[in-house]
Amino acid sequence: MTKLESHVSDPSIVHLQGSVDLEHAPDVRKQLLAAVALGRNVLVDLSAATYIDSSGIACLVEALQKARGIGHELSLVAISMQARRVLELARLDMVFLIHDDLAAAAAAGA
Amino acid sequence: MIDATLHSKAHADTGEALLELRFVARADRLKLIRGSIRSTALMCGFDDEAAQNIVLAIDEACQNIIMHGYGKGIEGAVILTLFRRNGGILVHLRDFARPVDPAKVKPRDLTDIRPGQLGSHFIREIMDTVRFGPSPNSKGNLLEMTKRIGGPQ
Repeated sequence: MTKLESHVSDPSIVHLQGSVDLEHAPDVRKQLLAAVALGRNVLVDLSAATYIDSSGIACLVEALQKARGIGHELSLVAISMQARRVLELARLDMVFLIHDDLAAAAAAGA
Repeated sequence: MIDATLHSKAHADTGEALLELRFVARADRLKLIRGSIRSTALMCGFDDEAAQNIVLAIDEACQNIIMHGYGKGIEGAVILTLFRRNGGILVHLRDFARPVDPAKVKPRDLTDIRPGQLGSHFIREIMDTVRFGPSPNSKGNLLEMTKRIGGPQ
């Protein structure tokens, strides 16, 4: 399940909940690309995401590349140990900007 | 539909079958099996992190069957059997799809950052051994994977 939170000010926030997996990847991809299309930085809040697989990672990578392609950033927030492990397996933990929580992301100017 | 059958007898080659699941190759069925895989891995003696890794590896293998074995719109059968063997776990994952060339199931170069095709890399990174080929004595494919307790993560 996903929820796009968009305000006038930077950034847009996408909240991902539950399993970010093959079943939900189409909806996740749609929401992430919609957030990127707003033309601002994007924060992806994973604090309520319980599981992520290669399909979910693929959505994040695609959105990251599209965001950077138009001069913006897509950062991950509050990732679980499972999500961090999957990012490490994919050698992507150094590719994404990762923040402990939304307050830390705001403090970092994300 | 999900069908679980427990076996308590040990077999010399495969070890003790702890769990057998038969399910339809659909994305929305994977969440049904993940909890059972994790519980079985914990019963085999793996810690929680290793159990989660095993869940991911098997989940990714099932995704390969759904996406590439049967393909879009074909809801064939998948049989997952987990054995406790030699201080670890043995995984058998069978499908009844057309034979897949093992050479085409390869992990990709991770230095090329792009979406997709990470599943096979996850499987080989997590599991100790991975063998894939035609299913003996029947049509379809058999994926056999092992993981030892205390092996590389």
